[in-house]
Amino acid sequence: VTCLPDRQPGAKALGLVIDLDTCVGCQACATNCKEWNTSGHSAPLPDFNPYSAGAEGVWFNRVHAYEAGEGAKGRTVHFPRSCLHCETPACVTVCPTGASYKRAEDGIVLVDHDMCIGCGLCAWACPYGARELDEDAGVMKKCTLCIDRIYNETIPEAQRQPACVLACPTRARHFGDLGDPESDVSRLVRERGGYGLMPELGYEPVNRYLPPRKPAEVAAARPAEPAPRAEEIANPLLRWMDRALSR
Amino acid sequence: MKPAPSIVLFSTASGAGYGLLFWLGLLRPLGLVPAHPWLGLVALGFALALVTAGLVASTFHLGRPERAWRALSQWRSSWLSREGVAAVATYVPAGLFGLSLLAGWPVLAALSGLLAAALAMATVFCTGMIYASLKPVREWRHPLVLPGYLLFALFTGAALLAALAAFWRAGAAPAALAVLAGAAGLALKLAYWRAIDSAPPVATAESATGLGAIGRVRPLEPPHTQSNYLLREMAFRVARRHAARLRRIALGAGFAAPVLLLLLALLAGGGAAMALTALAAALALAGLLVERWLMFAEATHTVALYYEGNPG
Repeated sequence: VTCLPDRQPGAKALGLVIDLDTCVGCQACATNCKEWNTSGHSAPLPDFNPYSAGAEGVWFNRVHAYEAGEGAKGRTVHFPRSCLHCETPACVTVCPTGASYKRAEDGIVLVDHDMCIGCGLCAWACPYGARELDEDAGVMKKCTLCIDRIYNETIPEAQRQPACVLACPTRARHFGDLGDPESDVSRLVRERGGYGLMPELGYEPVNRYLPPRKPAEVAAARPAEPAPRAEEIANPLLRWMDRALSR
Repeated sequence: MKPAPSIVLFSTASGAGYGLLFWLGLLRPLGLVPAHPWLGLVALGFALALVTAGLVASTFHLGRPERAWRALSQWRSSWLSREGVAAVATYVPAGLFGLSLLAGWPVLAALSGLLAAALAMATVFCTGMIYASLKPVREWRHPLVLPGYLLFALFTGAALLAALAAFWRAGAAPAALAVLAGAAGLALKLAYWRAIDSAPPVATAESATGLGAIGRVRPLEPPHTQSNYLLREMAFRVARRHAARLRRIALGAGFAAPVLLLLLALLAGGGAAMALTALAAALALAGLLVERWLMFAEATHTVALYYEGNPG
């Protein structure tokens, strides 16, 4: 059913925390997402004209880049955009068939592809552009938070994370329970002032974004390295060079 | 938003059909249209044909039309589902109405006609609410959108009933109602366009990315070089260039001209009224197709903020 589950205080709310300070826009998360999900729960993710002009297809994760601010204060920010697994997702309540649902046990928003009629109303209802119609199968597809990885007991425990999180070379993506205030991700959000997108629309997204650090913060955060004393240098060649050059 | 022909056709044709059913069911017991069973049957046939054509057209919009029946299940939360339930439910009293006209049961005809009228308007109300409840599209969230859906259905329905009743030389009441609804529709549309042209956006590129603390946000690199479903469906902007002209066409052909023709018909009466009301109804429907098309083409979705930044 498309009515939302009753909200229990402290209920699990699985989601992503994305660090816009360290994201380098390499597209690895988007690519690994496509790779995993084209054979997972939502498989296949179609591609049209894959080897010619007009190549396009369904992706659950799209990495934009923005300029923010002017002059010396201006920043280039890479910005991955995917489903935010909202607490009040209108994409679920507008669904006429019951194909869209929000799981009570972990808050993940999913589509039952056997029930979806492909009306597209959920995509209209999502302000974030998280849903893309599979125009081959005629049904709506979206990020599953890699439901087929995070609970998958056939893969090593360290790999039970969304594909995008595992692929990130700068560890800009974190996965965890944002409903638990003491989880690593919740603590990270508190420390870094993480925020949700378009709060004025009232969808209450679960995913959080960590803002780019301010230039002053970056300078302050850089540890000052004291020069090692001569007796601390283990390598005899370097110790001799240090002594020779210090004269 | 992309104006899918199937949806534009649906809301124009079904809206007119439900409007016709509403006026037929309401005005017949009041004696404002002739109680002649053939007028009732022809009008009912027209209404159901328009409604059914619209509903069939709307299924062409679906990725999996063969599963359309599933859309009747989630009436607790979804306006689209409620619309489907109301649309299907309307056929029951409408069918009973036709049956009692054929069999000559005036009381049952009146009762089932009134019930069909109520359900017809309930269906149009649900259609309007589908759009009026979508927060990411500010042009659809406007409070005049729902009254617009109801008023345009009433207008085209009354014009159609006037055209049909004119053959029985008794189209004055529906023609007068169509004049009122058409004039109100024209005023509503003008007020609506003035409002959406100056209304503030529901969100900005700054709030969409959360980067407003740094400064003004503008897109630098898109995530993909080619198009995608989101851009085709929700960042449609083909006709904005012609919006001003199309608005004039919708107002002129859809509202002003039919209202004038109906006034002329009221004055002329007789055989001239038949031709004038028929022309008015045809013009109203054609103009409303342009209006529905613009309703989509001019609507903007917040997902465009991610791709295009703040408008203007």
